Amino acid sequence: MSAWLPGPVLVAAGCGGTGRELEPYAGPAGLEGLDFVTRSITLDARQGGPGPRLVEVPGGVVNAVGLPNPGLEHFLATELPWLVRAGARVIVSIAGSTMGEYADLARRLSRAPGVAGLEVNVGAPDEVGLGLFEVREPYHSASVIAAVRREFPADRPVLAKLRPDVSRVVEGARSCHEAGATAIVIGNAVPAAFPDGRAGGLSGPAIAPIALRCVAAVHQALPDLPTIGCGGVRDLASARSYLTAGATAVQVGTALLHDPTTVARLRAELDPTRHPSTPTPSEEDA
Amino acid sequence: MCMPEARAPVHVDGEVVASKRIGGYRHLTLTAPGVPERFRAGNFVAVSVAGHVTRRTLWVHRVRASSAFGPTLDVVVEARGSGTAWLTAQPVGAKVAITGPLGRAFALPKEAVSCLLVGEGYAAAPLFPLAERLRERGCAVSLVVSAPDEARLLSALEARRSARSVTVLTADGSVGQRGTVGDHVDDLVRRSEADVVYAAGPSHVLRAAAGAAERVGAWSQVAVETSMPCGTGLCHGCPLPVVGEDGVDRVVRACTEGPVVRGDRVRWDDL
Ligand SMILES: Cc1cc2nc3c(=O)[nH]c(=O)nc-3n(C[C@H](O)[C@H](O)[C@H](O)COP(=O)(O)OP(=O)(O)OC[C@H]3O[C@@H](n4cnc5c(N)ncnc54)[C@H](O)[C@@H]3O)c2cc1C
Ligand SMILES: Cc1cc2nc3c(=O)[nH]c(=O)nc-3n(C[C@H](O)[C@H](O)[C@H](O)COP(=O)(O)O)c2cc1C
Ligand code: FES
Repeated sequence: MSAWLPGPVLVAAGCGGTGRELEPYAGPAGLEGLDFVTRSITLDARQGGPGPRLVEVPGGVVNAVGLPNPGLEHFLATELPWLVRAGARVIVSIAGSTMGEYADLARRLSRAPGVAGLEVNVGAPDEVGLGLFEVREPYHSASVIAAVRREFPADRPVLAKLRPDVSRVVEGARSCHEAGATAIVIGNAVPAAFPDGRAGGLSGPAIAPIALRCVAAVHQALPDLPTIGCGGVRDLASARSYLTAGATAVQVGTALLHDPTTVARLRAELDPTRHPSTPTPSEEDA
Repeated sequence: MCMPEARAPVHVDGEVVASKRIGGYRHLTLTAPGVPERFRAGNFVAVSVAGHVTRRTLWVHRVRASSAFGPTLDVVVEARGSGTAWLTAQPVGAKVAITGPLGRAFALPKEAVSCLLVGEGYAAAPLFPLAERLRERGCAVSLVVSAPDEARLLSALEARRSARSVTVLTADGSVGQRGTVGDHVDDLVRRSEADVVYAAGPSHVLRAAAGAAERVGAWSQVAVETSMPCGTGLCHGCPLPVVGEDGVDRVVRACTEGPVVRGDRVRWDDL
């Protein structure tokens, strides 16, 4: 039994608030049918890092938000039921400090009503600083994916979200696929630093060419493995370049901070039921 | 009462319909269909700046239900960094993407009580519509506008209609009384016999106002201005350390759980 594939447009982890804050900008249907990836949920609540958590740099932002989330228990009791009622297809992003934590999260989420799929965050830009399970080698991420896959029903997708590092990404994607990942998300924010030297992750338009290179490399090496492009998607052109490079879908993150209607617009523009010759609304410049 | 849905913010293309330099600030009048209609005092808007990823958040100074351009809103902008410099340079007719109204508004007292409103610099802007609402409810309003110098002082002329008294403070003494909010606020709270203190400005002003309120057993409502990369609740990039209703320390999003919060709930030392 093979799992369904989300797309063509997903909300990237950590860039859609709890979902409620995105709803006013999600278009006429609201969150109905929207593939919503939650911010990374951990077993225990996390307050997140100190401010400033996010600074603007040319072409993007550097963030060290620090995975603020209410912990699994509270998420299951409040945020998840709200998202399900709103009609979103909820893909829960999970992050853990040990393999056991990932397995635990997957097991409990497999029983929660309305969890459409999981995204495993195995490519955080500062996993050491965040106290996450450290993924140095492809087999590290593969063993996390295998542990999650064992606990999660085969008819629902498990996405592996990797770092957009072209020297490692093909190997990483292959290992995760063999370990049972349904699709590979490429990628997370790029390891970077704040102007004062603090560790963070760079996202936004600046990283699109980097992630695109990674998607193309993975598609070339593993043409049958579904990939989801993530990094700097902001308009139809940037989304199409991922799809042309072989991605089956794209995720939108940082662009939502600039224009919260970006996902609604892209969903309409990439709607497969639309006639291909329909003129598309003009694209945003930034 | 409006349903919450009717209050939901919108993201629209606005247009600059007037731009006026007053002292060190630029006052912009904008159309933004749906925003003025939903506005309550203490709300802010987030503006997209072309070529920049993060938003620029601005207090709404005033709304007009109708004008030659339809409903409009006014903002007061100080050009400091790249985004506010761009914004103040926009000519009449320029299009600006605006999201709003955002954030929790000032809570209004149920009874006709005494209120002291304290605002520093451009952040005094949201206190003017607040003063009007309070006066409509029969509250006695005392307004304090403060600034480092005259150029950054919002004119309190119009507010004289809504306020029983207006006090002007400048740090350099260029106009009004010399001194800062910190120097005068205890005295002002006592003289106005305030039951509620409302404050907007940098955190030292808010802290001073909240402290003065607490010392006389008054309530306080402060409008915080921590950095807000999106303003819409999406990024979790605007941490505000508070003590929850249940006495537990929390970090909330200033843009959604705030910007207006009870002054006694802010953990100022952790800000
Ligand atoms: C709720 C709220 C209301 C505000 N109202 C007004 C107003 O009415 N008039 C006005 O002139 N200014 C106001 N500000 C401040 C204004 O938003 C900042 O000056 C602006 O974000 C900084 O942008 P810049 O382009 O000048 O500087 P840049 O250095 O280019 O700013 C880059 C980014 O840094 C962050 N940032 C830097 N400084 C501040 C700051 N002081 N406050 C918040 N974010 C900051 C923002 O994320 C901004 O997007 C308000 C801020 C907040 C949070
Ligand atoms: C504010 C912010 C918060 C994020 N939070 C998470 C998170 O919780 N989990 C995760 O896997 N990725 C997180 N990311 C990474 C994004 O999901 C995305 O992979 C990355 O930003 C690149 O895409 P973009 O350029 O479209 O933003 C976050 C990014 C930002 C900017
Ligand atoms: S500014 Fe983005 S969540 Fe508050």
